[in-house]
Amino acid sequence: MRKTLLYSALILLSALFIAPFYWTFMTAIKSSAELYQFPPVFWPSEWHWENFAAAWNKQPFGTYLTNSLIVVALSTIGQLISSSLVAYGFARFRFPGRDPLFILLLATMMIPWDVKMIPLYMEFNLLGWINTLKPLIVPAYFADAFFVFLLRQYIMTVPMEIDEAARMDGANAFDIYWRIHLPLMMPALVLVGTFHFMNAWNDYLGPLIFLNDQSKYTLTLGLSMFKGLHEVDVTSIAAITVILCLPPLALFFVAQRYIMDGAVGSSVKG
Amino acid sequence: MDMTYAGAEPKVAKRKRSAIARYAAPYLFISPWILGFLFFTLGPLVFSLTMSFYDWPVVGERTFVGLENYRSMLFEDPQFWESLWITVKFAAIYVPFNIVMSFLLALMLHHITFASGFFRTAFYLPSVISGVALVTIWSWIYSREYGLLNFMLSFIGIDGPNWLGDPNLAIVAIIIASLWGLGGTMLILLTGLKAIPKELYEAATVSGVPGWAQMVFITLPMLGPMLLFTFITSIISAFQQLTIALLLTKGGPLGSTYFFAMYIYDNAFKYFDMGYAAAGSWVMFIIVLLLSLGVMRWSAAWVYYEGEVRENDGDRNA
Repeated sequence: MRKTLLYSALILLSALFIAPFYWTFMTAIKSSAELYQFPPVFWPSEWHWENFAAAWNKQPFGTYLTNSLIVVALSTIGQLISSSLVAYGFARFRFPGRDPLFILLLATMMIPWDVKMIPLYMEFNLLGWINTLKPLIVPAYFADAFFVFLLRQYIMTVPMEIDEAARMDGANAFDIYWRIHLPLMMPALVLVGTFHFMNAWNDYLGPLIFLNDQSKYTLTLGLSMFKGLHEVDVTSIAAITVILCLPPLALFFVAQRYIMDGAVGSSVKG
Repeated sequence: MDMTYAGAEPKVAKRKRSAIARYAAPYLFISPWILGFLFFTLGPLVFSLTMSFYDWPVVGERTFVGLENYRSMLFEDPQFWESLWITVKFAAIYVPFNIVMSFLLALMLHHITFASGFFRTAFYLPSVISGVALVTIWSWIYSREYGLLNFMLSFIGIDGPNWLGDPNLAIVAIIIASLWGLGGTMLILLTGLKAIPKELYEAATVSGVPGWAQMVFITLPMLGPMLLFTFITSIISAFQQLTIALLLTKGGPLGSTYFFAMYIYDNAFKYFDMGYAAAGSWVMFIIVLLLSLGVMRWSAAWVYYEGEVRENDGDRNA
């Protein structure tokens, strides 16, 4: 009896969380006639797959996609390398200043982005990086506090004896990082890569502030342009929204095992 | 001559080098973060603090004005107080709802076995997308004539309001849209629930402790560190709220969703008054810092750390 109640509540609640996705997809695929019918059409009579191609061709979405892919690919590589190096440094060495530095690293997570947004804009402007993809890529090569923390917690679970055995065999510190810890932390790296991919792919404020020319736009910026240009073109907006949601959703399903397996939790337990 | 010396020299040098290498190695490994901290965190922080004491237009002459930016913001700019008030209102509703709803969902998921993976995924799914896509989806749900929400309301005989056009409702609409992304918080709390040793509940049940008491005296204290973590991250994200408001309501109607972050953003990138905007961002930083410290202080009363050894164990619940 209690279980039935629990499951009914869960089914109802999960429907609330999934319904908006369903609705967006159906909006994208409906005919324009069914779009404004009342009561709303929940199951379209015809499926107009061509809506996707039509929407794609209304703006240079091919260019936006290329830009998004460049940003996501290059920044993810940078994030994986830099954060794992730093995490290894904090997890496996004793050195003067380590603990204060690590606390400092944790503290940087509490700084609102707004405080850094303006000076970063000025800094990138000085470097001549405004209206290039560099501001969206380069910072990823300098490690992210949250990811360092997560990977450090992961490395700490590996027995120190493994490092010592490798050192006996003549491996230096970098060999141990490269040949032992990097393969061992693969699950955590998948998690970091997935989170970073989603952040970079969904980022709106960064591209909004640092990019000016349409030829430099990323997909999120292109979609928001749609709202301004074709206020009423609901079908196209829905179609692009669906396309924009697909890569993170696909990645999520592939990496789901890693995301759900407590890596998130162990990262905050400290 | 001196064969031994000549032979020894490189050896000494080598040992010296390796000593330096050993000393420097950890710093080399963490150097990406140190450089990043200097160039993308500390540098910008110092820069923006400096800027906040200047009249600093993007182009043209900048002049030192001391605390003038702060003074005129606090005493002569009604928009500062209005946007701050809206943000505080938003945070005061969003933060508790985010945590309580995440906690309840996590609790429900913790008590089921069949299809728990499916439900977990369903609740987490909206967190996978964000920003522009999330806003576009919600703008249709809220649409007055064709929106899903008003259609649902019509079933129970309510004539749906104009969600995004009504100054009182627009902020509610933004809160609901933000809460749609509570999956991350829920996952953290769920992991926390799973980490609580089952023996505690077994012992309590054997001793006849009722369910509600187990909740109050076992679950909540054991979940303390996680709750604290989500509390603080929720506060920080509430104060940074910008993307959803920027895209869904553009601060309107009648400035009813003009958040503090938007106020800073407009001063910087619309009016190009960088010094004034920097001052605003420091006010936000200080508020967030004080709130976080306050919550941490207060949490000492209710957070229980398992690793912590207390002198008088009996005082734990006092």
